[in-house]
Amino acid sequence: MTAPLDIVARIGRIALDACETTGKLTVFAATGIAHIVRPPFYGRMFLRALLEIGYLSLPVVALTAVFTGMVLALQSSTGLSRFSADSAVASLVVLSVTRELGPVLAGLMVAGRVGAAMAAEIGTMRVTDQIDALTTLSTNPMKYLVAPRLLAGFIALPLLVMVADILGVLGGFIIGTVKLGFNSGIYLNNTLDFVRTDDVVSGLAKAAVFGFLIALMGCFHGYNSKGGAQGVGAATTSAVVAASVLILAFDYVLTELFFAR
Amino acid sequence: MTPPPKIKIRGLTKRFGDKLVLDGIDLDVMHATSMVIIGGSGSGKSVLLKCILGLITPDAGTIEIDGQNVLALSRTDRETLRAQIGMLFQNGALFDSIPVWENVAFGLLARRLVSRAEARAKAVAILAQVGLAASVGDLWPAELSGGMQKRVGLARAIAAKPDVLFFDEPTTGLDPIMGAVIDGLIVDCVKNLGSTAIAITHDMLSARRIGDRAAMLYHGRIVWQGAASDLMNSGNPMVDQFTHGLRDGPIQMELRK
Repeated sequence: MTAPLDIVARIGRIALDACETTGKLTVFAATGIAHIVRPPFYGRMFLRALLEIGYLSLPVVALTAVFTGMVLALQSSTGLSRFSADSAVASLVVLSVTRELGPVLAGLMVAGRVGAAMAAEIGTMRVTDQIDALTTLSTNPMKYLVAPRLLAGFIALPLLVMVADILGVLGGFIIGTVKLGFNSGIYLNNTLDFVRTDDVVSGLAKAAVFGFLIALMGCFHGYNSKGGAQGVGAATTSAVVAASVLILAFDYVLTELFFAR
Repeated sequence: MTPPPKIKIRGLTKRFGDKLVLDGIDLDVMHATSMVIIGGSGSGKSVLLKCILGLITPDAGTIEIDGQNVLALSRTDRETLRAQIGMLFQNGALFDSIPVWENVAFGLLARRLVSRAEARAKAVAILAQVGLAASVGDLWPAELSGGMQKRVGLARAIAAKPDVLFFDEPTTGLDPIMGAVIDGLIVDCVKNLGSTAIAITHDMLSARRIGDRAAMLYHGRIVWQGAASDLMNSGNPMVDQFTHGLRDGPIQMELRK
């Protein structure tokens, strides 16, 4: 008799927990944004976060982008040659990379690299009382730890994606000219003819949103971590998983917003 | 006529879920005196300190510092008040991403009492007060021993010359000699600054060295208050059991046999 009720109770509890987390996250994000625009500002913390999210992620994002461009060119040429539409390779590569794969793949790589590191660092500060110590030293931890990271994520990821766009096209170009035998001038012309400002800008806008989400997940899960080493580990996992899922979900929403008219 | 207490707590109550952690605490701490709070693990000592600091909001009761009810203050007033409280955390809670000198000067820099250029010299001077050499300032917190971390934590707590100092188990995890050194430093700092101090500890030797007065917390209530020198022969069976570390007595540990 109690077993079915248990299940209902459990579903109810999960639903309540989900509502609570959503509410907490919304308040956390709003507080973080409010601290971005209100002084005092911690320029050093912002630059440190910018370096961590942007500059130090360059190698991994660059490699991802080059290989993605290469594999796109290779895959699309085998598919398109069946319809004798080889010339579409260049346009397919540039549109896929700028609109979709650049921001999404860079976002996922940065989520794994930086989101995890943020959650681990802030989580460790939480469980070793460092966040309470900040408060007792006249420093608001939301302003000192969270706001600079949110802003840095928002700014750094579009910059990374700009690099990723260029390298992705370069990867396609290398395979197109070296392996598939396209004339390099024609390949570049095809690329530039098809790509429009909208394609690139929409990708960069997505990147800004993804960067904010990665930093938000890293900070939120780290800030609310409990217990010791295990709690920090759980926070790190949650931050990466949540950021990755949110990136893919928001990718759909933003694509709908930009292109489905 | 006795002067009003520096810190006056009335009816402080806090529950976490079903668990009543603080059950109507009344406590007065006089100006420029040290109060030691003893009590077993989980008796609510840390929660009490965090309530006074404003890190935890209590469910009921009042906390007055210099006659101002902390809980009724606006956010900016509360921050001003909090700036007058220094806290030594149990494990130091040093910021491990910045060097020792920056840790010590952190509160001063945050309130813009010193420029970054002056902060270093200031930090070295404060480190000297807790018996640490200037070269320690360039180390990272992870490179320090437990006793040194405590001393740096103490230096950071006293840097802004606070009116009120809190110590959370200052000697836990230290060897007896280092414990005595830390106690000595605490007594000196409190005396030099003329601060009012609250320390929580389970170390009876330390309690008698630091404290003027003592109170015992049990199940969220204050069960005894008196002079710290009376701790070992208070006449209260609970306190006697605790201070002498006896297994049998009015306090029964909830052990499953």
